[in-house]
Amino acid sequence: MQFEEKRLESSFNDFKPALTPREAITEAERCLYCYDAPCIQACPTGINIPQFINRIATENTKGAAKTILDSNIFGLSCARSCPVEVLCEGACVYNHLNKKPIAIGKLQRFAVENAYEKNIAFYAAGKSNGKKVALVGAGPASFACAHELRILGYETIVYEKNQLPGGLNTHGIAPYKMHSSVSLQEISRILEMGVRVEYGKELNKNLELKTLLSNYDAVFLGLGLGEDSILDVPGISNSFTHGAVSFISKIKTHAVEKLAWVKNIKTALVVGGGNTALDACRELKGLGVARVIVSYRRGEAEMSGYKHEMNAAKQEGVEFWFYTLPTKFELKNVRLVRTQVVNHKVVTTSPEHVRPEHFQAELSERSNAGNVKKGDVHTTGSNVISLDVDLVLLATGQAKLEKLLTSIKELKFEKGKLLVNPKNFQTNHPKIFAAGDLVNGGMEVVNAVAEGKQAAHGIHKFLNSNFEGASNARFNN
Amino acid sequence: MPDLTTSFLGIKTPNPFWLASAPPTNTGSQVMRAFEAGWGGAVWKTLGKPIQNVSSRFGGLDHMGKKIIGFNNIELITDRSIEINLKEMEEVKKRYPKNTLVASLMVESREEWREIIAQVEGVGADALELNFGCPHGMCERGMGSAVGQEPKLLKTIAGWAKEFSKVPVIVKLTPNITDVTVPAQAARDGGADAVSLINTIKSLIGVDLDQFVPYPTVAGKSTNGGYCGPAVKPIALHMVAAIARQQNNAFPISGIGGVSSWKDAVEFFLLGATTVQVCTAVMHYGYRIIEDMLQGLSDYMDEKGFKSVNEMVGKAIPNFTDWGSLDLNYHQVAVIHEEHCIGCNLCVVACDDGGHQCITPGKNGKKAPDSVSSEQQPFSHLHPSRSRLHRSVSDLHPINPPAVKSQAVHAPVVHEPECVGCNLCMLVCPAPGAITMQQAPKPSLSLH
Repeated sequence: MQFEEKRLESSFNDFKPALTPREAITEAERCLYCYDAPCIQACPTGINIPQFINRIATENTKGAAKTILDSNIFGLSCARSCPVEVLCEGACVYNHLNKKPIAIGKLQRFAVENAYEKNIAFYAAGKSNGKKVALVGAGPASFACAHELRILGYETIVYEKNQLPGGLNTHGIAPYKMHSSVSLQEISRILEMGVRVEYGKELNKNLELKTLLSNYDAVFLGLGLGEDSILDVPGISNSFTHGAVSFISKIKTHAVEKLAWVKNIKTALVVGGGNTALDACRELKGLGVARVIVSYRRGEAEMSGYKHEMNAAKQEGVEFWFYTLPTKFELKNVRLVRTQVVNHKVVTTSPEHVRPEHFQAELSERSNAGNVKKGDVHTTGSNVISLDVDLVLLATGQAKLEKLLTSIKELKFEKGKLLVNPKNFQTNHPKIFAAGDLVNGGMEVVNAVAEGKQAAHGIHKFLNSNFEGASNARFNN
Repeated sequence: MPDLTTSFLGIKTPNPFWLASAPPTNTGSQVMRAFEAGWGGAVWKTLGKPIQNVSSRFGGLDHMGKKIIGFNNIELITDRSIEINLKEMEEVKKRYPKNTLVASLMVESREEWREIIAQVEGVGADALELNFGCPHGMCERGMGSAVGQEPKLLKTIAGWAKEFSKVPVIVKLTPNITDVTVPAQAARDGGADAVSLINTIKSLIGVDLDQFVPYPTVAGKSTNGGYCGPAVKPIALHMVAAIARQQNNAFPISGIGGVSSWKDAVEFFLLGATTVQVCTAVMHYGYRIIEDMLQGLSDYMDEKGFKSVNEMVGKAIPNFTDWGSLDLNYHQVAVIHEEHCIGCNLCVVACDDGGHQCITPGKNGKKAPDSVSSEQQPFSHLHPSRSRLHRSVSDLHPINPPAVKSQAVHAPVVHEPECVGCNLCMLVCPAPGAITMQQAPKPSLSLH
């Protein structure tokens, strides 16, 4: 596993700095220790938050870390990357008292970092049960699943097409939240459980699902999502337009020398209204780009990105252009038109540059009511903006990987999402389980972890109902 | 604005707030600064035979981020010479003639009492306080609480003091006894004019978990100390009230123990004290706390129509009675007000585990009657309807983001027939006004 020492992300400081021990205890002592607490219910992995916070308050920091990791083996990266504002901290009862909610994310980071600094190993692989599970894609879903399977005594092998493990946890978390090095350190603890990873293994190239099915007792798919979606707009293929996810990955993992050109960016345009767009625009600001503009074809209220992230971006000086849509890319120039939303449909006010096909990329991915359909675009009047830019980042979604999985005809999809039984994350093929972005369409790390863990128990139950006398495995806490 | 001048043992004290005999009254310059700040009186740090103090001397009890809710000391009486103390007392009395200066004394023999009383009266002390309370160090030498725990001895020495003194004599009582009314009666029988209480409670404030030595540590060893501060107030209130009740409010009391605010002081007044003495709060925050105490007391008296502190002394004593005299037919129940509830469910767990199992969570809660708790799976909130409804392997679904949760709080529900009106839920509730107790018709059973 090769990892660049000097990366552009190293220049980013923590947006939410770590707590000192004294600060952590002071904050922990504020917690009311709610019963059946709303914060637990808001956590996809169901961490017993009041319990771990109480343990910090009693200076039982090791116990606090165990409470967290028992529920979520990615407790460290979730502490740093979770949108706590809309999850645990958003549910904190203090919000109802007009008091600042408990800094749950920071406390979780404190507890887990403290335990990791002391090199406490909480888990050990269970006694081998002789069964093997292959996991495709080395992201949080696969590792959460593999960690659980190792405790249960399974042999696990993760196949990854890249050279680094962690998926978006390594390649995609905004560097002011977490550096890729933290992701790798966290994963190294899972690897110490005996999870094997084979790098450079890509589905349908040097890895076949059918082979995996015949060689392993079960297969877990944690492929995530594919490449950044490209808008169907004239001139889109040019040297100054990049996919946002791909650009963020470069900041996080590439050698700093390879990105020297980033220093010359004066004006950047980010296209999109989701959390990738918000991460990307804040990262550009953090890299020192003087003018960063986010253009979104709908209004502020319709943005799928988190409100708190947008507010932070605004404070950092990012400009938001709502109701605007790029229609033409020329040499270091983007032409945008004003849009309107009429009856939940996006319409543009410029006749000459917009064709319905411009919305194709979104069409295939988004299903919520109110999205445009082919033929919905009406153009009236004229309102064209011409913008000189050095960089355009497209944050208009990522491709779904449905086509990669056509070799197994049992697998079923709906709107690009692989269908599973939500209780055990089993697909329509009994030996194939799946979780993470591949099945949820792109949610948080914490969702992938929760699903991956449930899938592990689904696999365990499935294999133990099929094979006699193989249920010796037990949790080794 | 009411006059805070208070009459106590014939002394007109500018206000009922005195500093207790302790480190804040160790020197003349301290006491003068305290009077300047507004304190009505000061009981000088106890005088006696020369002693030497140890280092360290203090320990604090912190709780959930709040510093010094209780305080412990192993300091003895003054470690300065009697001559210096007398000179400074004289100077203070000369400069602040209106403020009350009380001399705290602790010696052994009749002759020593005669001598020291003459000395402090000579420098203008307005009253004497006999320290029969100190529970550490001095009691090992037959003084302090060793006297306070022996009613006969207490009565004898109080009698000596009365015999030798021209000014009023206050006996400071130790709480380290079974029934405080016994030494109080002994003090009265000995001729004392008043009692002051409580002195500190014998204590170990904590233990160093690494060195295995209790706190405070003196060269690797420790000893029991005296405990005071906000945490001892309930013990002090009870002892003050017990004496006031037994003596029919006819034996003056100076209340001591955890007084940190005007509210604490009013509680002592209502239970029979005429003045209060303060130490820990001043050691923590300084003399400046007197400003709020004076203002708060004054406003309270205005609001209630009291013209003087003496008017409110013992007001609550008629309502302090034996358990057997309580009305068994009175019944109240908890009422939860959803508009103030924040959904912490602390009342639920408290009532379940420490109460009478009569509060259940609101409709969103785990244990709500209409939920299917036995079928709930971990993480089922990810897709709540599906995890319950679909069980077979072939049930395939896209995993969608959870619906945005409503911010509305569903308040827990009190099942009134089971509620005994114990109060616990209201006490643990962190949301002001969310739980109140309301009178309700008595359930059928009654002990009477």
